[in-house]
Amino acid sequence: MASKTIHAIYNDDDLLLHAVKQVREARYHIGEIYTPFPVHGLDKAVGEAPTRLAITSFLYGITGLSVAVLMMNYMMVQDWPQDIGGKPSFSFLTNMPSFIPIMFELTVFFAAHLMVITFYMRSRLAPFKKAENPDPRTTDDMFLMEVDATNHNVEDLTKFLYDTGAAEIKLIDNK
Amino acid sequence: MSSHYEAPIREPLVTGEKTYHDISVEVGAPVLGRANKTWYIVFTLALIAFLWGLGCIIYTVSTGIGVWGLNKTIGWAWDITNFVWWVGIGHAGTLISAVLLLFRQKWRMAVNRSAEAMTIFAVVQAGLFPIIHMGRPWLAYWVLPIPNQFGSLWVNFNSPLLWDVFAISTYLSVSLVFWWTGLLPDFAMLRDRTTNEFQKKIYGILSFGWSGRVKDWQRFEEVSLVLAGLATPLVLSVHTIVSFDFATSVVPGWHSTIFPPYFVAGAIFSGFAMVQTLLIIMRKVVNLQDYITLLHIEYMNKVILLTGGIVSVAYITEFFIGWYSGTSYENYTYLSFGAATGPYAWAFWALIICNFVVPLTLWVKKLRRNILWTFIVALVINIGMWFERFDIIVIDLSKGRTPSSWAMFSPTFVDIGVFIGTIGFFFVLFLLYARTFPVIAQAEVKTILKSSGEYYKNLRAKHGDDVAHHVDNDPTAKEPSANIEGKKDFFGDTSTEKEPGSEHVPTVNADALGLTEAQKDRLDAMLARIGTYNPKLESADNLQKLNGVGPLLEQHLHQVGIYKYDQVANLTKDDYILLDEVIENFPIIENRGDWNTQATELKNK
Repeated sequence: MASKTIHAIYNDDDLLLHAVKQVREARYHIGEIYTPFPVHGLDKAVGEAPTRLAITSFLYGITGLSVAVLMMNYMMVQDWPQDIGGKPSFSFLTNMPSFIPIMFELTVFFAAHLMVITFYMRSRLAPFKKAENPDPRTTDDMFLMEVDATNHNVEDLTKFLYDTGAAEIKLIDNK
Repeated sequence: MSSHYEAPIREPLVTGEKTYHDISVEVGAPVLGRANKTWYIVFTLALIAFLWGLGCIIYTVSTGIGVWGLNKTIGWAWDITNFVWWVGIGHAGTLISAVLLLFRQKWRMAVNRSAEAMTIFAVVQAGLFPIIHMGRPWLAYWVLPIPNQFGSLWVNFNSPLLWDVFAISTYLSVSLVFWWTGLLPDFAMLRDRTTNEFQKKIYGILSFGWSGRVKDWQRFEEVSLVLAGLATPLVLSVHTIVSFDFATSVVPGWHSTIFPPYFVAGAIFSGFAMVQTLLIIMRKVVNLQDYITLLHIEYMNKVILLTGGIVSVAYITEFFIGWYSGTSYENYTYLSFGAATGPYAWAFWALIICNFVVPLTLWVKKLRRNILWTFIVALVINIGMWFERFDIIVIDLSKGRTPSSWAMFSPTFVDIGVFIGTIGFFFVLFLLYARTFPVIAQAEVKTILKSSGEYYKNLRAKHGDDVAHHVDNDPTAKEPSANIEGKKDFFGDTSTEKEPGSEHVPTVNADALGLTEAQKDRLDAMLARIGTYNPKLESADNLQKLNGVGPLLEQHLHQVGIYKYDQVANLTKDDYILLDEVIENFPIIENRGDWNTQATELKNK
């Protein structure tokens, strides 16, 4: 099926934010928005659900803590207990105070790295990945909104977008 | 409309009349333009120092640690001093990017990128010293908990030296991903701005295909916040653990419970001094005084005052407790009457003067806002903090509990060479970074432009807090679009409030250059001669192909209305004199060559 998209380019973040609200009120469908910097409140205006990355980070942190506890318990208490400096390794609990620094470090290590890897995978960021912003100016000072025009009158939609303050409008016809 | 209000009493963080596009151009300029002579001279010096240090490291490893000045009594000296010094310097970067993010301090955005770069490069230097000190660095992997041929004799998790391994490597790797994640949108900006195919490819790879979707930005901000939350306790833990190397021992002067907070404060103190040293030079060299302003320097000086105060209190406490304990050997610790009058008195007084006395001058506002004085104080603190670690290690070891083993330490040329080498290595990395990386987090700075930019602050002062904050439809900002006609002013564009007397050629935006009316009239006359640029019918040429033109000069040429090779080809001698007058740093004839012929050739290509 042929699909049509309109690329409306705005030159200001406040204009864009206002336009997003108007476009959604008029029941047009916004495909994607490309901005050069994080526009405060845009994710809510577009209707994106909050990200769950912070929760994953918490889970990864717990994983890191468990790895640290299991590792040090196995190495220092189970596998080869030694009497170092008159401080014998009889049980995990009595030895734990000197394990705390590494328990902390591994928690942070796992939480930070695995969260960033999750972020890169979810947002499909990787070396040699081709950029997908349709206009190079969207990393500089332009804000591009993709509006789905497939089942709409292109003339009306164009005029509507002009009225929301778009500086440029392009029709992309995917046949 | 979201509010961009910020209390007018706050000084602007971005000076000059900036648009979003200006920020891209000015941050991209040092990368996309060419390096100047000073850069090459400094880089060569740093490289020589680095190679000298490399030679000393090779000598140390191939001959043995005996080539250092260590002796039976003083088994740690310059190596660990340098290690602690470099780790400490690293702390400022994380403090700026993480702690100041949690506190929502906007001024961090201009300095965080370089401060984090400094962190990473400094920690790399720090990591070198313990590895060299092992004597057999190829066995460095023995510090990792991996199964081995000794019946799996595991590493000792009770040892602060092993905690260091985990702390430093976590710190280095987490700082690196924090830094890199923040760099993605800025690499993407360079990728999309450069016209050079090779640069486009490289920055395309480095930017990981960043496209700037709404969801990407939402995740980006969340990740930054959580990383900041993780990095804040991490940075505090790192120097705490470094101080454990000393505090958990039984050496007089080392066995001290105030070491962790005191080391952390000292680390931030020295780190900010290093940030000042680097940025005061860098802002000048790469023309970023509008972003790293006097205000930023003053803010950093205030952090130096605070942490310097904490360190001073710690010194006084150590001195008092040493005396109050009444124990004889406490009279020889690094902060004691014995140290102040003994053979290491010069090191003791260097510490007191550099870290305690000189920074006190920053209480005076005039001196805090004086760039030259700030630079001097920063250098003095760098030296002082090196002496602090030297004093802790060498003075404390030199006079232990047994007077028969008292000894002095003198460094050999290898000790000194390795230290100088790491300074060289650090500057090699930093100079390469300053030429190839966006040194300011431009995407973040754009988010505060409307609240903290000078232009918008003045706009609010003039028209009230509810004024529309739209970026003007600046004809110089980009090649104007052909379909801009018919655009409706939805919110009352501020560009309609043009000052009277702007009946000049419309493609000229000379206001940004701060010209007089007479000069503007002369520009009009020039354009009448060489031809004007009509954005509706033609597209602009790439003026950077001309000799001596970088992104900044190209923007200035656009500001005076020159967009086409045709126009350049028609320039006369008088026009060059005019351009030299109105454009700052206009290249002299020796550097630009004959633009008229160059433009004619480019035009006919």
